[in-house]
Amino acid sequence: MGGKLFRNFSFFSATLSFFLLVGIFAILFTYAQEALAEFGFDFLLSETWEADEDDEGGIFGGYIPIIGTLLSTLIAMTIAVPLAMGIAIFLTEVASENIAKPVSIAIELLAAIPSIIYGMWGLFYFAPIVQSTVGGNGVGLLTAGIVLAIMIIPFMAAITRDAMNTTPHVLKESAYAMGATKFEVIKDVIMPYSKGGIIGSIILALGRALGETMAVAFLIGSVMSTVKNVTDPTTSIPVLLANNFAEAQDLEMSSMYYLALILFVVSFAIISTAKFYFLGRKPK
Amino acid sequence: MNRLVLNKIILILSTLSAVIGISFLFWILATLSYKGITSIQWSTFTNDLVNGGIRNLLVGQFTMAILASMVAVPIGMMAGIYLREYGHGSKLASVIRNLSDVMMSAPSIVIGVFVYAILVDPFGSYNGYAGIVALAIMMIPIIISTTDNMLALVPTELREAGMALGGSKHKIILQIVVKAAKVGILTGVLLSFARIIGETAPLLFTSANNQFFTMDLSGQFPSLTVSIYNLATYPDEASRELAWAAAFVLTMIVLCINLMGRFLIRNKK
Amino acid sequence: MTFKTLLTTAVLASASLTAIHADELKGRGASFPGPLYKAWTSEYYAATGKKINYTPTGSGDGVKSIKKRMVDFAGSDKPLKAKKLKKAKLYMFPSVVGSIVLSYNIDGVKDGELKLSRAAIDAIFSGKATHWDDAIITKENAGLNLPHEPITTCVRADKSGTTFNFTYFLNKINPDVKISKKPTWKAAKVVAGKSNSGVSANIQQIKNSIGYIEYSFKIKLGLPAAQIENKEGKFINPTVQSFQDGAKYATWTADNDFYAVIGDPEGATSYPIVAATFILLPTEKTEKNKEVTAFIEWAFTKGDKAASELGYVPLPTSTKDEIRKYWETKKIK
Repeated sequence: MGGKLFRNFSFFSATLSFFLLVGIFAILFTYAQEALAEFGFDFLLSETWEADEDDEGGIFGGYIPIIGTLLSTLIAMTIAVPLAMGIAIFLTEVASENIAKPVSIAIELLAAIPSIIYGMWGLFYFAPIVQSTVGGNGVGLLTAGIVLAIMIIPFMAAITRDAMNTTPHVLKESAYAMGATKFEVIKDVIMPYSKGGIIGSIILALGRALGETMAVAFLIGSVMSTVKNVTDPTTSIPVLLANNFAEAQDLEMSSMYYLALILFVVSFAIISTAKFYFLGRKPK
Repeated sequence: MNRLVLNKIILILSTLSAVIGISFLFWILATLSYKGITSIQWSTFTNDLVNGGIRNLLVGQFTMAILASMVAVPIGMMAGIYLREYGHGSKLASVIRNLSDVMMSAPSIVIGVFVYAILVDPFGSYNGYAGIVALAIMMIPIIISTTDNMLALVPTELREAGMALGGSKHKIILQIVVKAAKVGILTGVLLSFARIIGETAPLLFTSANNQFFTMDLSGQFPSLTVSIYNLATYPDEASRELAWAAAFVLTMIVLCINLMGRFLIRNKK
Repeated sequence: MTFKTLLTTAVLASASLTAIHADELKGRGASFPGPLYKAWTSEYYAATGKKINYTPTGSGDGVKSIKKRMVDFAGSDKPLKAKKLKKAKLYMFPSVVGSIVLSYNIDGVKDGELKLSRAAIDAIFSGKATHWDDAIITKENAGLNLPHEPITTCVRADKSGTTFNFTYFLNKINPDVKISKKPTWKAAKVVAGKSNSGVSANIQQIKNSIGYIEYSFKIKLGLPAAQIENKEGKFINPTVQSFQDGAKYATWTADNDFYAVIGDPEGATSYPIVAATFILLPTEKTEKNKEVTAFIEWAFTKGDKAASELGYVPLPTSTKDEIRKYWETKKIK
């Protein structure tokens, strides 16, 4: 009898993730209704975000935070992908066992540092550097993108490393035996073999970067304005929520839920693609 | 000749990437330690935020993380047990497994907004319970994943031996399989604990923050991470210093728990 | 084994948790009076042992929080009109008067050296003036070496009563400016910060920036502030005396729950951007309201010193008496 209870409880716990996912979607969708009804799809292209003075109505449009989210992530990925690939290659093929181990741990420690620390460090140490080299105010799209890159590199590197490590030794050995250089083995043996895992890690990191809040909140400038220059300040969906969710009322709050819904659906779609098509763990 | 040069270039570039990565780690830790250590005084740990210290924040953050673990660990472990021991090989388990992994990477601010809607808005006040639930939601998928993986490492022979001895399935799972994977699962718990204790976004509009020492979860609850978020943007020296001190302490805690987890795993192997 | 002891300790701890109840007043809202409320609540705690937890998150958040009864009282620098108060079932009264200064970060320009005419201020914040050496600014500052650098305006990222009062002033100069807690700024380079602290921090860190902050923030951080042209064409340095001169033109009456926007007053010596900050209370929570009014009463009798030291202007005695009468009629004294 205890066995049946145990099994049922374990089954219920397992399905919790599913119910949670559905629940989150349902709640976001419900609370976004007012904004959905009021603005529809025009919300996605509208640049205005202004509450009425009585805070009950207003005109809200998600274009600027949506673009800010996409651009900051794009900048981050452009910087992170080559570096993460480089680190993964270093860990799997270049470094000796003695060096790879501590470097691996160091990379994983980098991943463990809370994102708010990245934000704080970025604001006081990195932003001034960006300001003096590239101009602007230090806080802006570029700084946010770079620090975001630093945050996702360890994650991407670790997954890529694991994917590359699944390449059977025998394939590598044969290639070396035929006189291939390390680079050629990487290019023609390991990469094709672990292609799925590598693409999956990139997409997964992309999904993570989209939802990053704390680091970006310190560094993106938090201004509802469009970007003409890569160093301009702007905002992103997570940052807008972090800064202004608490004070929003009625239609504005509903618009925030609309944005949260967009973020959730897009991240879910991207991460699911990574998981189900590229990185799905098959039951052993 | 060309091939060798190309090879050399790639090897150098990849080493450079690793060097860059490591440098950032050292840069961040070095500045954090410097600013943090110089900002810490005795009063930092004995005073609450209202008096310029972080005592209530540390207690608050740990309290919420521990209570979140008490919710997340049983649920996560049971789910992991289902995926590996009961649902083994089934399509459903595979879907749930990947779905859970998707939840692991879900934006934490969305989770915060979700919990606000169900646990703050209806009750009309920011409260610690909401913060705990938000943290638990983030923790569960990680525990599921590690439990699942660690149980997979337990050799089938052990399960077969249990069955041969005539044990019921759930007894075998609990007393043999889980026991065998004990260290790995504990490590998973530690690592996920380290992860959620550093989270800020889920707490912003759930438990908010409190400058006084309190254990009342029905009201705004003190949080180390939310405090850092607020203090860091204050322009006065005292607040900035406190922010660095808090950031340093938080990072040290997170890294220590992380290293502890790795040490456990290393010993096991 | 260790897991078991951990579990038992946790269970015992959580059991004891539910027993402890903190009895504290919760307030949220305006950051404009933030430093003063911090001093007042701290002294009040030392004097009476009563805890008041005020979080300065901006007037917008304050109004929302009190409307939803998430807090016991709210702070707002933007007063609510009678209709709104009635709809949200709120009481309102002022607590203190403060001022908004224009602080800047320009190499070589010290505190009080920058003179900003009304036209220049409008030009800067509406984007008509883009560089520090634009004619409209240098006109009043012949003696200064203003650089040919773009101006960065530091504004609020949140819904701010400070912004409301500042745009009220801007609107008096240029009627096209919308009076709002969070306007869409038309200046060329804009950086936003959360609450007065965030804006102050931005001014501190960003070269060639200018922003509007409450006076106590300027003093605490040693930021330079500009002389501002008032309604009568005089350039006034932000000093406590000039705030008092400006504040004395304010008229308060309990009939409209003390609704008053006191910016841009007459008077040759008046500092133009003065503003009052208000406390909002839910009408139905009589007992909690009495606790809040007890705190404010304490602040009215014993808190003037702290207010003056931080650069705020305490309300005149007559107004305080009117407020006390208001409390009595509303039965929340």
